[in-house]
Amino acid sequence: MAVLVIAEHHHGGLSDATHKVVTAASKFGGDVDILVAGENAGAVAPEAAKVSGVRKVLKAEGETLRKQTAEAMEALVVPLMANYDAVFIAASTTGKNFAPRIAAKLDVMQLSEIVEVVDQSTFVRPIYAGNAIMTVKSADAKKVITVRGTAFPAAGNDGSASIEDVAAPSGPFKSEFVSEEMVKSDRPELTGAKRVVSGGRALGSSEKFQEFIIPLADKLGAAVGASRAAVDAGYAPNDYQVGQTGKIVAPELYIAIGISGAIQHLAGMKDSKIIVAINKDEEAPIFQVADYGLVADLFVAVPELTAAL
Amino acid sequence: MKVLVPVKRVIDYNVKVRVKPDKSGVDLANVKMSMNPFDEISVEEAVRMKEAGTATEVVVVSIGPQQAQETLRTALAMGADRGILIKTDVAVEPLAVAKLLAKVVAEESPELVLLGKQAIDDDSNQTGQMLAALLDWPQGTFAYKLEKDGDKLTVTREVDGGLQTVSLALPAIVTVDLRLNEPRYASLPNIMKAKKKEIVEKSPEDYGVDVSPRLTIVQVTEPPVRQGGEKVEDVATLVAKLKTAGAV
Repeated sequence: MAVLVIAEHHHGGLSDATHKVVTAASKFGGDVDILVAGENAGAVAPEAAKVSGVRKVLKAEGETLRKQTAEAMEALVVPLMANYDAVFIAASTTGKNFAPRIAAKLDVMQLSEIVEVVDQSTFVRPIYAGNAIMTVKSADAKKVITVRGTAFPAAGNDGSASIEDVAAPSGPFKSEFVSEEMVKSDRPELTGAKRVVSGGRALGSSEKFQEFIIPLADKLGAAVGASRAAVDAGYAPNDYQVGQTGKIVAPELYIAIGISGAIQHLAGMKDSKIIVAINKDEEAPIFQVADYGLVADLFVAVPELTAAL
Repeated sequence: MKVLVPVKRVIDYNVKVRVKPDKSGVDLANVKMSMNPFDEISVEEAVRMKEAGTATEVVVVSIGPQQAQETLRTALAMGADRGILIKTDVAVEPLAVAKLLAKVVAEESPELVLLGKQAIDDDSNQTGQMLAALLDWPQGTFAYKLEKDGDKLTVTREVDGGLQTVSLALPAIVTVDLRLNEPRYASLPNIMKAKKKEIVEKSPEDYGVDVSPRLTIVQVTEPPVRQGGEKVEDVATLVAKLKTAGAV
């Protein structure tokens, strides 16, 4: 019995998501191997070898694996699956992109964004924007699983796995990476942050978003999030969106400012440990999930809060 | 080019879902159903491509019960040309949907299949990618912007951390994200016109695809309910509470 975890890495560093996926994979049982695929996999592999409980690291380095595009990952992972019973992948936009492609090639149904491993064929995952929790049993011989990172603690760093080379697939493929435009931020990454400050439509403009949300986030060392309404109105970049169709977060502290609390937004943050809501509408649904609710004008309350911390 | 747009009938996104007391699933009796919001975006994009002269024909397809025909009519009223209903009362999983769609693609030979990035009921986010794998076509998931450039398609994708642009050789699969466009409302005259458009009815058997599920639902439960919170008087009280809770 062996399980493959596909590492997620950025800028030559292993992302925290990988440690969480390893925890989920180790609950499945059997030997856990990590596949590090990328243009610079050589730099990341030693880091992956240190993750606790890992048997070996497979390193696939090559230009075709740049950005882990779906076709290249399919070509790399499908043959490797002859040796594995399951593959665990972080439910990030990268993982969600290539995982179903691998599942279809293996002729198996994928289990998306699992939050619990019950046994080797039974898994728990949220459906309907987190408004229902489904336990499913898979009859497939091999399991392709994406993991919701916030549901699992990160594995430690006391491992010493061996590193093995695997050949990168040769291209060309029918799709090509052209460019990317990343939001520059010194703040903690939204999905891994311990604290998140989110702004909604009530901010009214991107200037006000900057003026009221950012100083509070800075004071708390928090990541910045936004509701879909705020993103659609252009107050905040797309990447800040928390919710069913954006990021799923579960920080220790989530402060929702000027956010009404639509089902789709709650889907992305209701597993936060402590939720604070600041909203002037006392009927806003956000107050039904907030541990501490303050009915107040955010333009008065937020600067006051920032100053008091 | 011909564009194929798969659409799914799902519980309306504004409905607060209720889990059945016997834990067998979600209660869908007498609940408002609509077109999956992401699919509205893909229909809209296909219709815009037709209006711009990029697309020649827009074919919509839905897999589901008889009522899925209403979903197809909505798409036709938005401007799609004709529909295909693959009728089944089984809840078809993404892998089986992808296999059926692959057969439709073989029959229809579209150059582009435009899907929603996920359905808001099962939240799987798989069908488009699976279809791309089965056809060995390139995929552009989570599309934020879409441009045809000769025999290539340039797709800007919403990814964690920002935007990524890829170039796909046609034929290709694209799944759309929320911000690709603002779907139109169907006007009354267009709803009337849509009634005259053709919808062909098929069954999974016609395509020789086995739609029996690979996953068995053990149970569906309510998510844990959060403890009812408290309202605080002012900022000072809030800060004091957060300090006591060790949150700040």
